[in-house]
Amino acid sequence: MSALLTSQIATRSEAFETNRKAMEEQLAAVRQIADRALEGGSERSRERHLSRGKMLPRDRVQNLLDPGSPFLEIGLLAANGLYGDEVPAAGAIAGIGRVMGRDVMVLANDATVKGGTYYPLTVKKHLRAQEIAEQNRLPCVYLVDSGGANLPNQDEVFPDRDHFGRIFFNQAQMSAKGIAQIAVVMGSCTAGGAYVPAMSDETIIVKEQGTIFLAGPPLVKAATGETVTAEELGGGDLHTRLSGVADHLAENDAHALVIARRIVGNLAPAERAPLNLTTPEAPAYDPSEIMGLVPADPKVPFDIREIIARIVDGSRFDEFKARFGETLVCGFAHLHGMPVGILANNGVLFADSAVKGAHFVELCSQRKIPLLFLQNITGFMVGRQAEAGGIARHGAKLVTAVSTTAVPKITMIVGGSYGAGNYGMAGRAYSPRFLWSWPNSRIAVMGGEQAAQTLAIVKRQAMEKRGEEWSVEDEAAFRKPTEEMFARQSHPLYASARLWDDGVIDPARSRDILALSLATTLNAPIDDTRFGLFRM
Amino acid sequence: MSINKLLIANRGEIACRVMRTARDLGIATVAVYSDADANAMHVAMADEAVRIGPAPVSESYLKGDTIIEAARRTGADAIHPGYGFLSENPDFVEAVEKAGLIFVGPSADAIRAMGLKDQAKALMEKAGVPVVPGYHGEEQDPAALKAIAGEIGYPVLIKARAGGGGKGMRRVEREDEFEEAFASARREGQNSFGDPTCLIEKYIDKPRHIELQVFGDNHGNAVHLFERDCSLQRRHQKVIEEAPAPGMTEEMRAAMGEAAVQAAKAVNYSGAGTVEFIVDASDGLHPDRFWFMEMNTRLQVEHPVTEYVTGLDLVALQILVANGEKLPFEQDDLQLMGHAFEARLYAEDAEAGFLPATGDLDTLVFAPETEDVRIDTGVRQGDSITPHYDPMIAKIITYGADRASALAKLKRALDETIITGSVTNRAFLSRLADDPEFAAGDVDTGLIGRKQDELTARVEADAETKALAALAMLTPGAASADAADPFAALHNFRLFGPARQIVLFDDGEGGQIEIAVERRRDGTRHVVLPDATVDFDNVAVGDDGALTVHRDGLMSRATVVRSGSTITISRNGQTHSFTRHDPAAALDDAGGDGLIAPMPGLVRQVNAASGDRVEKGRTLIVLEAMKMEHSLTAPRDGVIAELMVGEGDQVEQGALLLQLEPEEG
Repeated sequence: MSALLTSQIATRSEAFETNRKAMEEQLAAVRQIADRALEGGSERSRERHLSRGKMLPRDRVQNLLDPGSPFLEIGLLAANGLYGDEVPAAGAIAGIGRVMGRDVMVLANDATVKGGTYYPLTVKKHLRAQEIAEQNRLPCVYLVDSGGANLPNQDEVFPDRDHFGRIFFNQAQMSAKGIAQIAVVMGSCTAGGAYVPAMSDETIIVKEQGTIFLAGPPLVKAATGETVTAEELGGGDLHTRLSGVADHLAENDAHALVIARRIVGNLAPAERAPLNLTTPEAPAYDPSEIMGLVPADPKVPFDIREIIARIVDGSRFDEFKARFGETLVCGFAHLHGMPVGILANNGVLFADSAVKGAHFVELCSQRKIPLLFLQNITGFMVGRQAEAGGIARHGAKLVTAVSTTAVPKITMIVGGSYGAGNYGMAGRAYSPRFLWSWPNSRIAVMGGEQAAQTLAIVKRQAMEKRGEEWSVEDEAAFRKPTEEMFARQSHPLYASARLWDDGVIDPARSRDILALSLATTLNAPIDDTRFGLFRM
Repeated sequence: MSINKLLIANRGEIACRVMRTARDLGIATVAVYSDADANAMHVAMADEAVRIGPAPVSESYLKGDTIIEAARRTGADAIHPGYGFLSENPDFVEAVEKAGLIFVGPSADAIRAMGLKDQAKALMEKAGVPVVPGYHGEEQDPAALKAIAGEIGYPVLIKARAGGGGKGMRRVEREDEFEEAFASARREGQNSFGDPTCLIEKYIDKPRHIELQVFGDNHGNAVHLFERDCSLQRRHQKVIEEAPAPGMTEEMRAAMGEAAVQAAKAVNYSGAGTVEFIVDASDGLHPDRFWFMEMNTRLQVEHPVTEYVTGLDLVALQILVANGEKLPFEQDDLQLMGHAFEARLYAEDAEAGFLPATGDLDTLVFAPETEDVRIDTGVRQGDSITPHYDPMIAKIITYGADRASALAKLKRALDETIITGSVTNRAFLSRLADDPEFAAGDVDTGLIGRKQDELTARVEADAETKALAALAMLTPGAASADAADPFAALHNFRLFGPARQIVLFDDGEGGQIEIAVERRRDGTRHVVLPDATVDFDNVAVGDDGALTVHRDGLMSRATVVRSGSTITISRNGQTHSFTRHDPAAALDDAGGDGLIAPMPGLVRQVNAASGDRVEKGRTLIVLEAMKMEHSLTAPRDGVIAELMVGEGDQVEQGALLLQLEPEEG
């Protein structure tokens, strides 16, 4: 029998209530942005969309999914606060849902938002969705309704490696790996966009609504003088009867989605990761209590086990090396019946904690148990003693283990995510399969205060060298913009808008989100791990 | 000699019902079946079964010699005819006896005596049984007939002998109206049927159908097992029967019982029989206002209500009498207890004028059987109602200490019945069971006819029912959810915002009803219908898929049955089915507008011309390509707008060969 975690939290205490209120407030700010993003384009453009007999993009996604299917959406807050705040959700919907019993990545353009054109973050979101699909071997269904690249932003959309062209590269790569690529053309699909259906394994086009062409009627007129309607140039009838660019002609959106479901139903079954699954069990502690766990003051530490107790099955956690390197809590648990190895911060990372973490990652890799990282980290320990003890060498062991393990990694930022701590704890650069942030989380290379102070010390030293005076007031004025910049840029809404994560989530629903994330990873077999060299 | 193995020369519920008793008595059973019934319930229930021919009754269930041969082959020593089919065929009875088998029923002579209605009436008159006063002779002199009418007593009914449908019928209230009415009826008879001959009968103002169950043995004994009231009829088809008759007095019962026993004794009746009377109930029930109509020389469909109120098993009694034993009781031993109803559940479209229906019974759920609720059926879930036989699905029989409680149980049992795959008269029966006149016992044979519109009005599903259908469509059954799989267990999970889902139901008229269901974070559901919104505070799904919902503090339940893309919601005694719109099916029906060459080839044949009306599937063009002939057929019904090719033309792949005119609407 596994060890049962015992909570020390008094849920009726004043502190709990204060914490809960603080968290609720931060969540409310996120929810407000999320609700706006869920609406899509303006009411006028939505009405115009509907008047053309088209379904709204969210309704398209719903109709594609099995009834009652969850939808694990990614990048909902993308582009928030960017591009004049006119491109909610970066003009696309992406997420994982179930279609005919298969877990599928769905990507839908939102034509009610700037005609569904690709802004830089739209491209980034599309690529992120494809990355998730590729890592987890999820069939992709693209619900295409887009005017292509957003021309005023072409320099940030077209030329670079991770720009528009990468979408088609990914399609070809995934197809080569046997990951089905299915396109449903429900509107425009112009220029480069034409390659989404063309590069797909199977393509559906909606009659007298979907169009695919390299150049639209205006460009054709300009180039050759030929006058032609969009339907004649690249409509469904043409593409399913003559050109062969599309395979199935649909009567309307609903019909197209029925065909798409049928196609998914005919796919070969997924080869699932062989995990030792148990019967799911609710945590012994109510997950909604999570809201009052994190102190309102981010400087006050808290025991990460309180969160683990409200996430894992039966609040049972078999801790590894509990008495060694105590600032990194490691252990085994089940989450919704799936085994998981958890690494969770309980303070700054020391050499011992880093080595312990590397050891634990090795254990999970050998046993093929997915990893869950709960980040609340200010960084690795600094100072002469730490450096002399080889903190960089030990930290590198953890970073090596985390980088090269072949087991799926999922990261959830529940507090701070600073500096090299972010690396050792599977930050975005370490390709966790999913990365979720809490509304209270903060992410930056270091804390704003520390950054400002560092800059101030450097400046003061330079000024003193030159024999100049620097008043306390002047120094404070100097530090202020840096502190403000860090405060702004480390906010989770800022981060999520730039797709540094997959979404800011409601902490109380962490268990469900992690369960869906973990279940998604099971669509791909787990390879054997070959670690890099550990600096001994 | 006593029966050891019984062949039941019938099908459906009555075959099953007879077998049940036979099994209780330790008697082996043999079923017979037509090809259409090879997998029927009565075959499955029997110890042995014999195929007797193809589906049509004339080639199977009416073939006496084949059935006798089946008995011989299986070593059965007796045949039970059930009701209908060969049950009242005296020739069959004789053939059975000649083959050395026991016929479970009356003698051929008794059947013959009662078979011809006029002769039976004469026989009854002779035996002192009251018959409806009237004159059916050839005399057509107005004065003479007026005198006869006076003897019968006004009001009388003048009927054209060849008449029907109310034509040539006159009701005469007083003597001085007779001659004119008689002349007019004759004229109408002549004009409408070419026969002016009229007959005269006593006019019965408020007729009720009350029948007496009788039982005789081969030792000269005969008793009656009290009455049944079968006044709820639709075009002479009994709909709901009950025992005892409402308002029945001891005096009336004694008089009718005596008349019935006299009738049975007059033909040396043996076994179960029914003597049917017409009763004038215009002024309550009076012993001098009932008249013999006919005697049915078999077990009746509605015998279970008598079994409930007497505590007897009539089939067991039939077998006992057939074994040559004496009836184990005398009239005075018999006691009538409580009240029973029977409703006949049919596959018929009551709302569309009671058209018989067919179909596969995808769902067949009856009220649970208890001591007071009995379901006699011959079909199981998944069985078919075919056009070959009577479309009865079941008899729902209930019992109570008094009429009100028995009726309440009937209503509830009807409301708990769920059938999909075929239309049924369930809603009609349920409304009838709720009718205030019926509840008051104020019945007559015209009640259903007078209220038919009201009883068969199509009830539109209300907004809440539609909302529930959408919810049910979107809620996977609890049993189907795999708790270990988060994608199955976390229904409608969304990171933020409500989970909005749209359901399109066919509205039955070519359009769709769009229903959007929003599931909110707190578990409430906001349902948007085309003309209403419905908010549920809470929705719970039972293991059987049933929905329990709370709305404005009111809890209600709905039974949910899914069958393919159809969902059936039963609540508050109403059942409504909804079919999810299938865009692909709609397209298949419509077909395309043109014919396109599937490959390059030579047009060999053109079978139609511009302006022709063609039906879907007809070959219009034959194309020869790669040494093969390809028939191109009309993609849908329509009119050819344009023919682009002629015979001998070479065409390219993808070429449009023919265009239909666009569909209207």
